[in-house]
Amino acid sequence: MGVFLALVRRELGIAFNALTGYVVVAITLLLAGFGLTGLLDTLNSDRTDAPITEMFFGDGLVFWLIVIVITPVITMRSFASEKSQGTYEALMTTPVGDWQVVLAKYTGAVLFYLASWVPMLCVLVGLRQVAGVPELLDPRAMAGALLGIGCIGSTYLAAGIFASSLTRSQIIAAMTSLLIGVGVWASSLRPAGSDGSGDTVGRVLDHLSVTLQMKDFARGVIDGRALVFHLSFTLLFLFLTHRVVEMRRWK
Amino acid sequence: MSDESPMIEVRDLTKRYPGRTAVDGISFTVGRGEVVGFLGPNGAGKSTTMRILSSFMPATSGTVRIAGFDVFHEPDEVRRRIGYMPENNPLHTDMRVRDYLKFRARLKGLGFNRSRERVDRVVEQCGLRDVQKRIIGQLSKGYRQRVGLADALVHEPDLIILDEPTIGLDPHQIRSVRALIKDLGKRHTVLISTHILSEVEMTCSRVLILNQGQILAADRVEDLESRFSQDGRVVAELCATADAVRDAFRDLPEVESFDISAAAGDHVRLSLSPRNGTDLRPLVFETARQNGWALRELTRSRHSLEDIFIHLTRRQKGEGR
Repeated sequence: MGVFLALVRRELGIAFNALTGYVVVAITLLLAGFGLTGLLDTLNSDRTDAPITEMFFGDGLVFWLIVIVITPVITMRSFASEKSQGTYEALMTTPVGDWQVVLAKYTGAVLFYLASWVPMLCVLVGLRQVAGVPELLDPRAMAGALLGIGCIGSTYLAAGIFASSLTRSQIIAAMTSLLIGVGVWASSLRPAGSDGSGDTVGRVLDHLSVTLQMKDFARGVIDGRALVFHLSFTLLFLFLTHRVVEMRRWK
Repeated sequence: MSDESPMIEVRDLTKRYPGRTAVDGISFTVGRGEVVGFLGPNGAGKSTTMRILSSFMPATSGTVRIAGFDVFHEPDEVRRRIGYMPENNPLHTDMRVRDYLKFRARLKGLGFNRSRERVDRVVEQCGLRDVQKRIIGQLSKGYRQRVGLADALVHEPDLIILDEPTIGLDPHQIRSVRALIKDLGKRHTVLISTHILSEVEMTCSRVLILNQGQILAADRVEDLESRFSQDGRVVAELCATADAVRDAFRDLPEVESFDISAAAGDHVRLSLSPRNGTDLRPLVFETARQNGWALRELTRSRHSLEDIFIHLTRRQKGEGR
């Protein structure tokens, strides 16, 4: 356990020692700022009962833009840079298990991802205070949105870690996970008005649609199927990463 | 396992990469407490062998045991006993020296207090006290090398494997790193790879010469030198005329051939090859004394490790054709 914590600490350390960490937070805040101005426009123009979490996370593009952009930036470094700098060899010749390394890198990425959302959430809470309308930020919707951020992030980050384990180039790692990220998001887009209806294939696709899942989360609806979906994909990608790490020891 | 088993036991080790055999069926043993130099030109298979020894990657065939533990089947036991400094000494350049060493100590399974103790110790041992709060990326290469060494030492390994520890250092830094390695030899078994021959002569008790994936020679440095210096030529500078010298050495049974050339001043330079490996120095001295010639130089050329190395590696290249 001590070893695992030392590794996680190290992962977080890199993020905040180097510029990347701050760049990620800056990108998040910048994009979130755009989202916020849009949100304020909506709030000013017409009366709405929808909680702001739904407007921000459910309908807006900004949330997806943030997830798709920052997850590759957070994860691209994890294995690729260690491999290119040679520290991977130093790491893998210590008595640390392969799983420990994979999980520590993943945990570090998740913690950093969550941390980069904190300023944004503060803004939403602040907005609620300023607006003076408590219904705007329903705590249950807020909790749902948080869970959604976590679930979707966990899948995207696991995919990113996997992409990073495949290569020694951070650029290739980032591009690969960006591609996976955009692919997953694009495949879940629907033409307007097609929600809930359609043939069997359409219904299956709807269940796999991450945007629809996030809409539910943002309304405070927690669907067990979505949780299982993200848990399984996270585990799948981590398992694949472990296989890649282990491959070095194949004859 | 038992303390009697040799520190390193390599048998028929082969490593093939697609289209290339990096290490070709080598076998060697390193006893406890030895300091062994792994010598070879670039691409000879030194780093590959070291990576296999440190259980970073598996061999294609053959077995490697470290302190009796198989590197493939018991990698964790092996890693606990090895301090390995990979080629080019990779470090986390964004960390501070002390934090880095502590982090590494934790990875190597030392508890919190124990790692603090050990870090204090290796910081002292490797002369890092003045820089322990500094960021590794801002240190000179010599200091970084010491950080790498400190990392290799931090968990008190039985065996220390250093892949080209002095590469890229200036002469002062090389000296201090070598002194450190020599010091390590007192308490640990050390295996260092290098292509700098003088390094092996200075620090190692035994040398393994590796070329194109094969071991060409494995012996103590002195033994190698004496084995190869049997044709030891003798060079003398005498104050005499060339003709007189020629007459004196012409018909001696011990002399295979000789050569005379003019030297600075009134001297001639005489170079003799012995028959049957006799040492010709007493003979030259005796002749000079009898003739009343002043003798200002008398040396028997020793084959340096460098000659042996060039000789061995060239011969193999010739055979390969």
